[in-house]
Amino acid sequence: MLGFLIQRILQAVVVMLAISALVFVGVFAVGNPIDVLISPDVTQQIRLDTIARYGFDQPLWKQYLAFLDRLVRADFGRSFVFNMPVLDLILSRLPATLELTLAAVLGATLLGVPLGMYAGYKPDSLVSKAIMGLSILGFSVPTFWIGLILILVFAVNLGWLPAGGRGATVPILGVEWSFLTAEGLKHLLLPALTLSLFRLALMIRLARAGMREAILSDYVKFARAQGLSEGKVIGGHVLKNISIPIVTVFGLEFGATLAFAVVTETIFSWPGLGKLIIDSIQSLDRPVMVAYLMLVAFLFIMINFLVDIAYAALDPRLRTGRA
Amino acid sequence: MTDRSTPLGRFWSEFRENRIALVALWVVVVISALAVLAPLYAPQDPYDIGKLVLTDARRPPGHVGVGGYTYWLGTDAQGRDLLSAILYGLRISVQIGIAAGAIAFAVGGTMGAVAAFLGGRTEILIMRFVDMQLSFPAILLALVLSAVLGQGKWQLIAALVAAQYAYFARTAHGAASAERAKEYIEAALSTPLSSRAVVFRHLLPNCMPPLIVVATVQVANSIALEATLSFLGLGLPVTEPSLGMLIANGFQYMLSGRYWISIYPGVALIVLILAINLVGDQIRDQLNPRLKR
Repeated sequence: MLGFLIQRILQAVVVMLAISALVFVGVFAVGNPIDVLISPDVTQQIRLDTIARYGFDQPLWKQYLAFLDRLVRADFGRSFVFNMPVLDLILSRLPATLELTLAAVLGATLLGVPLGMYAGYKPDSLVSKAIMGLSILGFSVPTFWIGLILILVFAVNLGWLPAGGRGATVPILGVEWSFLTAEGLKHLLLPALTLSLFRLALMIRLARAGMREAILSDYVKFARAQGLSEGKVIGGHVLKNISIPIVTVFGLEFGATLAFAVVTETIFSWPGLGKLIIDSIQSLDRPVMVAYLMLVAFLFIMINFLVDIAYAALDPRLRTGRA
Repeated sequence: MTDRSTPLGRFWSEFRENRIALVALWVVVVISALAVLAPLYAPQDPYDIGKLVLTDARRPPGHVGVGGYTYWLGTDAQGRDLLSAILYGLRISVQIGIAAGAIAFAVGGTMGAVAAFLGGRTEILIMRFVDMQLSFPAILLALVLSAVLGQGKWQLIAALVAAQYAYFARTAHGAASAERAKEYIEAALSTPLSSRAVVFRHLLPNCMPPLIVVATVQVANSIALEATLSFLGLGLPVTEPSLGMLIANGFQYMLSGRYWISIYPGVALIVLILAINLVGDQIRDQLNPRLKR
């Protein structure tokens, strides 16, 4: 197990290095930050000084090494646009995104699993067909379109819910949260719903497939033969058995949802990381782009690493031989 | 009348049994034809800025414009006839979806099949790379790439291909690994055929069924992804409005009740994606041996 762990950690480090090089070269290719930093009518001297201060006169590989050095020390530099340390900027936006993502994934799971289980339990009923229709729709309709329709219906036509922003927040341990106030919850509802529809469709499919397989299995037959009520068979035995793939997908989807929040946050002006990255791409704010990409890469590598470790702990075959 | 004696004939007659999939297939064919032929019959050329009448901007559906013809679906902020803009937008969506899907198919399919054929270190190297990429969400990759590459049709296609080829590579690798062990490949290798001929004429054609399923899904995904990128302002240049951009441009007017600028392009987009997905679902069910009656 230890050898496996070391191997995986080394792999993660190599991947992280490769990504840092890609991000550096990629972001380097986007526009010229000098044009953003300095107004065109300053003297040539100031211009050269600024270029030297940011190290843009160095060769590319030297800039990359300096970049790596700062990265290791968790120094992402200052945002060109906000003129504050990038790390502070990102940390100040992270809670909003986490809140939105968590609400979306939790909502999708809590709603999708029972719906999917029902659709698997009675596959031919009309309700099940409606549920499966909903899931195909959830897969097909782009996220931004769902957001637009929800805004049109609930914000413009009915006027029940706000179309954007985060509403009033309550600080806990120095971090602002929306879900603790009625107004904040109102603001959270539409974006969370938008973000969750795809996840909902996925959860419905997973739970349905698991249910259809489980219902034919021996343990269900034996549980029934034992005289257990259908509720106990489904709620006790089947739910436990189909929860393993659901928990896995829940973990993997959490990362993907964090990435998809980019679109939802832009539509609803939700002041999170996703809106920050889109604004940064448009204003060529390089330090923010780099930090965001490295953060997301790190997050995904961590998630995959943990999933690998969890599988290895559960399945001894993965630890030995070919890894 | 279909010929049940050929595999394709049998496939088609089975496909026809699913009414929904059949209707969806028709929708895909009709929309594609309408989109490709748009310049021949669309009431207005939405790219010709000289023909746009600004006094006709943001008119509701059914408005009769200065030029004397009716805007059946209304006009956008520049006075474009929305019906024409949607038809041209669909044209771009279909072009980009098919181009990105086909290139990703070729690149990913070849990578997967070659990896499975060669085995050893090459296989591990290629597949580790693919797996690494699959663990990142496609949208993020496409977002960053289109920001890096800049605006334009080919840049966008390159970003979409880079974001999606890995799905083809994974599928092709899985199928090719199973085929690789079969006797006909061994037989082909014992003849003086080059390895390239064995991979492209014997191995890859036998991996087609799962790849075709992935292809339908990925064409739909490319179209959705393109619309999303354009909606975020990172896709095509403003002079060639795709559906995503039409929706984005209409978004600001929606809050004041001018819903049509966003809604109609969106409906066209969703009908297209939904129809492709329904066709893909049916093909997948038919090719899945575990669901065979």
